[in-house]
Amino acid sequence: MLVLHHASKSLTGTFTDVSAVDVEGNSISILIREEPPQLDSSRATDAVSGMVLGHVMEGLVRMGMDGRLEGAVAEDWEVTPTKATFWLRNDAKWSDGRPVTAADFIFSWKTALKPETGSEYAFLLFAIKNAEAINSGTLPSSALGLSAPDSNTLVIELERPVPFFDKMLVFPTFFPIRADFYAASKGRFGADADQLLYNGPFKITRWVHGSSMTFKRNPHYWNQEQIHLDAIHVPYITSDATASLNFFKDSKISMTGLQAENLTEAMRMGWQIRQHRDGTVFYIDFNFREGRATNNLNLRRAIQAALDMEELVYKVTKLPGYEPGLSLFPGWLMGEKDLLRREYPPTKISPNAGSAQAYLQTALQELGLGEPPPLVLLSGDNPISSVQSEWVQQSLKRTLGISVKIDKQIFKQRLAKMTAGDFDMVLAGWGPDYNDPLTFGDLYASWNKNNRGEYNSPELDGLIDTAQNQLEPAARMRAFGDIQQHLIENAVLLPMYERGVTYVVDPRIKQLKRRVIGPDPDWSRAYIDSGSE
Amino acid sequence: MLTYFAKRIALGLVTIWFIASATFFGMHAVPGDPLAGDKAMTAQIRANLEAKYGLDKPLGSQYLIYLGNIARGDFGISYTQENRRVNDIIREHFPISATLGILAIVFAGLGGVLWGALTALYRNRWPDVVIMFLVILGISVPSFVVAAISQWSLVGANLAAGTTILPIGGWGTVWHMLVPALVLGLSTMAYLTRLMRSSMLEVVSTDYIRTAKAKGLPATQIFSRHQLRNAILPVVTVLGPAIAGITTGGFVVEIVFAIPGLGRYFVQAIQQLDYTVIMGTTVFYGAFLVFMVILVDLVYGLIDPRVRVEK
Repeated sequence: MLVLHHASKSLTGTFTDVSAVDVEGNSISILIREEPPQLDSSRATDAVSGMVLGHVMEGLVRMGMDGRLEGAVAEDWEVTPTKATFWLRNDAKWSDGRPVTAADFIFSWKTALKPETGSEYAFLLFAIKNAEAINSGTLPSSALGLSAPDSNTLVIELERPVPFFDKMLVFPTFFPIRADFYAASKGRFGADADQLLYNGPFKITRWVHGSSMTFKRNPHYWNQEQIHLDAIHVPYITSDATASLNFFKDSKISMTGLQAENLTEAMRMGWQIRQHRDGTVFYIDFNFREGRATNNLNLRRAIQAALDMEELVYKVTKLPGYEPGLSLFPGWLMGEKDLLRREYPPTKISPNAGSAQAYLQTALQELGLGEPPPLVLLSGDNPISSVQSEWVQQSLKRTLGISVKIDKQIFKQRLAKMTAGDFDMVLAGWGPDYNDPLTFGDLYASWNKNNRGEYNSPELDGLIDTAQNQLEPAARMRAFGDIQQHLIENAVLLPMYERGVTYVVDPRIKQLKRRVIGPDPDWSRAYIDSGSE
Repeated sequence: MLTYFAKRIALGLVTIWFIASATFFGMHAVPGDPLAGDKAMTAQIRANLEAKYGLDKPLGSQYLIYLGNIARGDFGISYTQENRRVNDIIREHFPISATLGILAIVFAGLGGVLWGALTALYRNRWPDVVIMFLVILGISVPSFVVAAISQWSLVGANLAAGTTILPIGGWGTVWHMLVPALVLGLSTMAYLTRLMRSSMLEVVSTDYIRTAKAKGLPATQIFSRHQLRNAILPVVTVLGPAIAGITTGGFVVEIVFAIPGLGRYFVQAIQQLDYTVIMGTTVFYGAFLVFMVILVDLVYGLIDPRVRVEK
């Protein structure tokens, strides 16, 4: 019965209502690659949810079109080593017209910290006084270092000095949630379009799970003059890259990613191809556990000197927009005044078969081995990882005579093996959580759980400690420069590349913003220029 | 008859219990951690999550709790879509897969019987050769290739026509369903054609057909009353599992045509080790398959009086 009912309902619809750009309706259509898994901002962790939330919610601050931090719900703010104060604007409103107050932020952050919420990103809040103790259940949530002297002022006591605290606030975990609405949703907060209260430029007016969504302009949003579109439609949800390209060709969606094999066609169609580096760095990680050959510095240096990442990027994977890796710190990170990459250029290790073999001989002597030990390379199961791991396998065989066994695993199993230390080398990657070099800089700290190879160096720990606690910007950035140098000299990891995306956009759409931090792509400020067909 | 089906249903329940238990222990035996994500968690955050999902309890008691929940028809909350109950996921997305699947089966069944009968009638002549060549293609070309090619052709057709002849994806109207349903049903149609052909040829050489011819019955009557009806039995036998297979196996078609069916959730849950969705969809599909097999036995009796179960 259910089936028949559904079918008959479907017959009455129409299929001509989808178009990439609807000038009359002042709206656009886009595709998202998966159903947003979590629109409860206190628990969201993934990019798709972050993108959707970035259009319908707003935190205290946001990343502006120029990539700089700007006020959002907060009009002004001040961060000192012991506390941060935010002054909220009077005209920031929820989608039901009631004002956004400091209490909404306090409620949201307390919710994220409650142990029973099970928020994975609760750690982002640990800079706030007593947050970690509350998350572990040893202190009640009333002990959290937050207060609101009046409804438009939020005072945050800090557990320790965090020079980049305001930059962290663009993350969805810091978005506001209103207590009465949350309680009324009875555990289904964020599950449906009507189970969310919005304070961003748009609100979700329709959400058919796995199928489609509609964002309409939120009339209560304070910054109306910045918002131009009346609606954003999401008629399709699919992860298939070819389908996405077909929808674009059929003028159903206004942006699509391009694969290497589509570039010729895209050029033939006369599309304006754009590139964006998404901020993620990919690298080879080593296992430093006792008894692993990769714990030997000279063996790692041999591998470092044997692998030519330019060959990998330009001749093997040939993916458009990718850049050979030079450092764990990607090129877009800001240093004190300029890019960190310019203030502290990483030492470039040129591939050299001769020195690679010399390092290998030393390593074999130190390890007491007659011939190179076989190594296990843990890898993902997608086509790109396969090509890369085979390239590593061939390069090491050719230059060093090392036999590499490729251990291909699906995502969750690769993670489980990484955590258990069941590998010699692994293809890994890291994307930033906030706009500060520390989001990469503390990865190899002995206390960091993401340091799955268990690298342990008191010297590096000391440098990371400086980078975390030093308040003077120049000294902090020097610490990051030193961390970078340490990682390269000790071949702690081998950066392979910085990932890029290649895409095309309907030429009538202006002010689409691609970002490394914050919602990406960001359509919230986009407008239609119907004059440019 | 009634006691027979009561027995069948009881056996079916045992089968479902077995499926549920095997899936439960198999899933927990697979290496990998359902809670793991890109970023490592602190021990505390992990403990909070484990408590939330009941993973902190010993496996035995997790199993009992889970069996109890299934008995009450509650599959729990998804690990990856943390706000959605697995029951809601099945309720919202299965009808879509089923609609598409039924349409695909109609295509496959009609096409299979028609082409199969034709090839048998024109055995070793050109219609037989052409259709059998297409059948081999239909069986051997994987559905993701067929899906991609048909979508690509549709884009070309729409561009050439300057308007939307048929939508190239999405969901909403019967027009959205036609091409995906054809693609989805294609390999089953090919398989059924082959089955129907060999079954028809077998029937042609039986004594009762010879008798019918000897009696002087018209050829059309022999074909429809004797040949077709007898030859269709094996097709009905495989149709039941095929319905279950098609309504559950639409993963590729659903991804390519951006259709919000259950097949996607079924496959992605396994990749993401989403325990509750794996359990929910597997048990649901298992029960569905068991039901279809029982149903086919019923239909079988209606078509062939010899296998009719004693009343």
